[in-house]
Amino acid sequence: MQRSFIARNPSVLVFLAALALFTILVTILAEGAGAGVISTSFVKTLGKTLCLCLVAVAMDLVWGYCGILSLGHFAFFGLGGYMIGMWLMYARTEEIVLSANAGAALPMTPQELSDGIAAQIFGVVGGSELPWVWSFAHSLPLQLMLILLLPGLIALVFGWLAFRSRVAGVYLSILTQAMTLALSLWLFQNDSGLRGNNGLSGLQNIPGLAEVPQATLSLWFLWASAFALGGFYLLAAWVVSGKFGSVIRAIRDDEARVRFLGYSVEGYKLFVFTLTAMIAGIAGALYYPQAGIVNPAEIAPIASIYLAVWVAIGGRGRLWGAVLGAAAVSLVSSWFTSGQVPAVPLGFYTVEWTDWWLVLLGFGFVAVTLFAPNGLAGLVERIFIRGAK
Amino acid sequence: MRILISLLAFCAGLWLAPAPLAAQEGGVQAILQQHREAVASGSRRGVEPAINALKASGLDQAREVLEVWQARELYQRAADGLFFFAAPEGDGFRLRDIDTGADAGFAAKAEMTQLRPSGGVRGLIGAALVAFRLLDPDPEDRRTALAALSRSPEAGHLEPLRDAVAAETDPALRRDMERLERALTISFDRDEAARIEAIGFFEGDTGLDARAALAPLVATTRGAAVSAPEGANIARILEPGDDLSEEEAWALLVEAGLAPARVTKADIRAALEANIEGGAAGGVPVRDLGSDAARERAYAALAAAGRAQPTVTDAEARAILDDHVFFERYAEPSPAITEAAEAALASITFRVGAMQAADLTLDALSLASIYFLAAIGLAITFGVMRVINMAHGEFIMMGAYTGYVVQLFVPDYTISILVALPLAFAVTFGAGVAMERLVIRWLYHRPLETLLATFGISIALQQLAKNVFGTQARPLTAPGWLDGALVFNDIVAISYIRIAIFVMALVFLALLVFVLNRTRLGLEVRAVTQNPGMAASMGIDPDRINMLTFGLGSGIAGVAGVAIGLFAQVTSELGQGYIVQSFMTVVVGGVGNIFGALAGATLIGFLQKGIEWFNPSNTLAAQTYMILFIILFIQFRPKGIIALKGRAAGD
Amino acid sequence: MSALLEVSGVTVTFDGFRAINDLSFEIGPAELRAVIGPNGAGKTTFMDIVTGKTKPDTGRVLWGEESRSLLRMSEAEIARAGVGRKFQRPTVFEDQSVFDNLLLALRKNRSPFGVLFYRRSAEDKARVEALAAEIGLADQLGRLAAELSHGQKQWLEIGMLLAQEPRLLLVDEPAAGMTPAEREHTTDLLVQAAKTRAVVVVEHDMEFVRRLDCKVTVLHEGRVLAEGSLDHVTRNQEVIDVYLGR
Repeated sequence: MQRSFIARNPSVLVFLAALALFTILVTILAEGAGAGVISTSFVKTLGKTLCLCLVAVAMDLVWGYCGILSLGHFAFFGLGGYMIGMWLMYARTEEIVLSANAGAALPMTPQELSDGIAAQIFGVVGGSELPWVWSFAHSLPLQLMLILLLPGLIALVFGWLAFRSRVAGVYLSILTQAMTLALSLWLFQNDSGLRGNNGLSGLQNIPGLAEVPQATLSLWFLWASAFALGGFYLLAAWVVSGKFGSVIRAIRDDEARVRFLGYSVEGYKLFVFTLTAMIAGIAGALYYPQAGIVNPAEIAPIASIYLAVWVAIGGRGRLWGAVLGAAAVSLVSSWFTSGQVPAVPLGFYTVEWTDWWLVLLGFGFVAVTLFAPNGLAGLVERIFIRGAK
Repeated sequence: MRILISLLAFCAGLWLAPAPLAAQEGGVQAILQQHREAVASGSRRGVEPAINALKASGLDQAREVLEVWQARELYQRAADGLFFFAAPEGDGFRLRDIDTGADAGFAAKAEMTQLRPSGGVRGLIGAALVAFRLLDPDPEDRRTALAALSRSPEAGHLEPLRDAVAAETDPALRRDMERLERALTISFDRDEAARIEAIGFFEGDTGLDARAALAPLVATTRGAAVSAPEGANIARILEPGDDLSEEEAWALLVEAGLAPARVTKADIRAALEANIEGGAAGGVPVRDLGSDAARERAYAALAAAGRAQPTVTDAEARAILDDHVFFERYAEPSPAITEAAEAALASITFRVGAMQAADLTLDALSLASIYFLAAIGLAITFGVMRVINMAHGEFIMMGAYTGYVVQLFVPDYTISILVALPLAFAVTFGAGVAMERLVIRWLYHRPLETLLATFGISIALQQLAKNVFGTQARPLTAPGWLDGALVFNDIVAISYIRIAIFVMALVFLALLVFVLNRTRLGLEVRAVTQNPGMAASMGIDPDRINMLTFGLGSGIAGVAGVAIGLFAQVTSELGQGYIVQSFMTVVVGGVGNIFGALAGATLIGFLQKGIEWFNPSNTLAAQTYMILFIILFIQFRPKGIIALKGRAAGD
Repeated sequence: MSALLEVSGVTVTFDGFRAINDLSFEIGPAELRAVIGPNGAGKTTFMDIVTGKTKPDTGRVLWGEESRSLLRMSEAEIARAGVGRKFQRPTVFEDQSVFDNLLLALRKNRSPFGVLFYRRSAEDKARVEALAAEIGLADQLGRLAAELSHGQKQWLEIGMLLAQEPRLLLVDEPAAGMTPAEREHTTDLLVQAAKTRAVVVVEHDMEFVRRLDCKVTVLHEGRVLAEGSLDHVTRNQEVIDVYLGR
């Protein structure tokens, strides 16, 4: 008999404990519920970072474990944001339109209400009718389902087509990148029905919770993000620890051999690709209400490559490595680009980090790829685990 | 001699000098005096002989007099009925003789009567003037007159134009006059046969003027009536629901006064709001009025009480629509004309379509050559060496900036481009070799990681370019001889820059095919890519070959950058726009083959232009559909258009 | 005796080159067969066809008692139907332990959901341990496959094949790069396996083939040149010509 899953994977327990500790600590120090040491905007940054860690876990599952370098998972992340954003924007605008009509002589008909909402939302792109893609926007449960279903369905169809015709390796990467580009270009146009390059905005205002201060809301989202990260980390760890993990790692290392063992490689890849796309969608749905705005630029292919960069820097094939990479790179990144890092005067030239951070990141990334193929996690393991032996 | 005289007379007409020669018997004054009554009264019928007489007189002053008359600056002296040019002076006029231009003394205001020709008369005068201008000895003036005429054609211009055609000696000008004459015939001739003949002249003609002349003939207006109007030139009968919506049909009925306007939802709302009494309107409590059904019920009650206009029910409306005929009617009354015009337009539309297809083909070719240029470097680094170089776009950008920097030092654009091309190659060749030596060669067995490492280089290079050159676009100016376009006709045209890029793409293709297939280097490159171990054992240094191949691919990206910079904005993000398309070009075309890149670029270029044709307003959607098509295409031909087969493919 | 695998009239062309030319081949349910031939004779392509990697232009490949055609099945379906293949280069999953490698190959439900909810039973564990003992890796179960010697990897791969419980085993040059002692062990494993199933061994090494002591098929230019005992085929003049060159 097998020992229990947690017993075989003590690192999962360590991670969950650390996550819980972190969340509680932030709550205690936050403006909304405690000491007020941490500002609301920084709580939001931390909450967003947790969501990025979650999508990095998904990326690690699909790339680090299954060997599919998808350059499309950030697109699924963005789609999740769009799906929740539609409801947030619709419901919030509905409140505004209803309150504007409160003084009118007659109550509104459903048609008048929907026209009023459409005029508010689509005024910027010159529209006045709700496009068909907004058919479910009035219903939170339906949009919540779409957060899972839309990325899942796109991944399923795309993956089925790609894996069936044995597109693999760098070709698959290029193909997923093309898919991402197509999606972002489609969203960029005004008549896609999603407000073109304006994207969806005002997402930090949660309908029905107007009187709850942002400081408190930010904590709710921090907790939600932490729960999602913890839950899916557990799921991912469970998936990779058993025989399934053994099969997908085998697929990563030698796909043809696995096929001759009688496993239908396509089915496994499709399963992982779709599952991780759905996880990415959930991460996005939690991220964008904290960011407040989602627009097509977020979905551009470069974002998905950054995601791969985080995972590679953190360390592929280790879930906590992906989390480490995403958290470290995104936090350091926002620190450097915030302008808080002191400039380095060289006499003839002053290095402003807002200008030079990307140069540093780019070359740093090359260095990691060359000298630490297992990323930060590999370094940590070499120091601690080898040291312990 | 005759020319000399007329030239002198012309000068006289311009008041450069008083011209006694012109003071011959029976001058302009004499002619006007013959028709004095009519000229003074300004009646259109009476004036016509006077104008004709002026025209026929062959007198050079006639034109001047007509122009002044048309401008309402011709005066008549009450005392003797003579006509003068008059300029206000003090509280009277300074007079000049209309034949000689000589000073004719001063007259008090009361002595003079201003001639005020009516609009119709002025039209007649204008037509007469047209005749003068079209017969002007200077061809440039005639051309100007013709251009003015084509801008505001009138019926009266037809005759003088025909005379001018007959007299014209310049063949090009004569051809233009004939075209305008045909167009004016279509619009203004009273003879139907002549018009139809003129319509036939434009059959299959793609000129904009032809379409402009024909289009008004087939213009239609929609109408509604109880029965189809007799004698009207009906284009077609419209069926509500099929050819036009029921709302549109109803609007036509309202316009024709055949039906009342229907009560809209906004009307209902307004009526209800105006009739709220004691928390209810039309007997329905206000709080229940949040649905269309309730509002209609309340409104019906109001209407029944006579406090609102009664509604027409849908069934009634349909019955009324059924009782009426809806049609499109030509403005042109003659069916023979409209028929001929429709036929001519159909043939024109066909020709225009064919021309547009040709133009589109040129566009697609030029787009394909741009993609080819952008992708050809990748076809080598990715296609031959299987190295994914995400920094390829940045090499293109480096090439473009090299061109910009060269132009800072070499002001002559032609020379600077000639310097920039090899320099860009050298710069990016160097960058490529450095990158291969420092990064890529350590990752040959880890292709996915090459992708990530080169992406790191890509973001670093992009930011470096931003730090050095700033974020705003830098100009890379093409030499003057590449300005403008090769124009075939009103529809088909291609700019010289695009032709240059097309030629450049061909040159590159030829050069690369030569290098890879006919030189020692090419042989070694192919040997190393097919079997590095075997190649090494035969004395080929794979390291050196990999380095050179990568340098070659990168160098070509640099040269492509100069070409792309000529028509695009040079920014640090220049390369980003091409990277995904370039990879798709290589993958679609077939990896490992220069001709694959050519096939891929051709397919993608034509596809994108083709899709844009269906929806020209939305290039973003076109790109989206193109990428989706490519994704599907790769499903069915995973190895691209030109696929290597069998064991050599190395699957 | 009805054949387990029947290949008839198969032709494969790569860019005009006929790798397999009207090849016919048959093997019974419990038989050991060696396939020999010079380079380019089509040995590997023959295996590719049977395992579904390459689709032939013409011909039939029939399998089992019901004579199912293998041509319309995917590699994975063919493997599940009972055809196991060992590659020339040892391909084990180096990143995973010997135990996991064997467990992966064990004949079990192979659908993604079946595998996802798979829980290892005591008898599976016992089966893996028995296999490890059979291939001589009983004390290596916990090690990563990457740490094994070349010969051990070959055995592990044979062990994985046995774990699949195939009815037909296709083995490509199992003895390449082995020490004499390892070769002997390999021979025993194959002979043992052939008692309960069909085994086809493709081999260059005549000495190794002689030790297998079984029927031999000689391939040349994509077709069968001769068939019979090793002594029989080595006396065949055509075979001698092919091997020594004319």
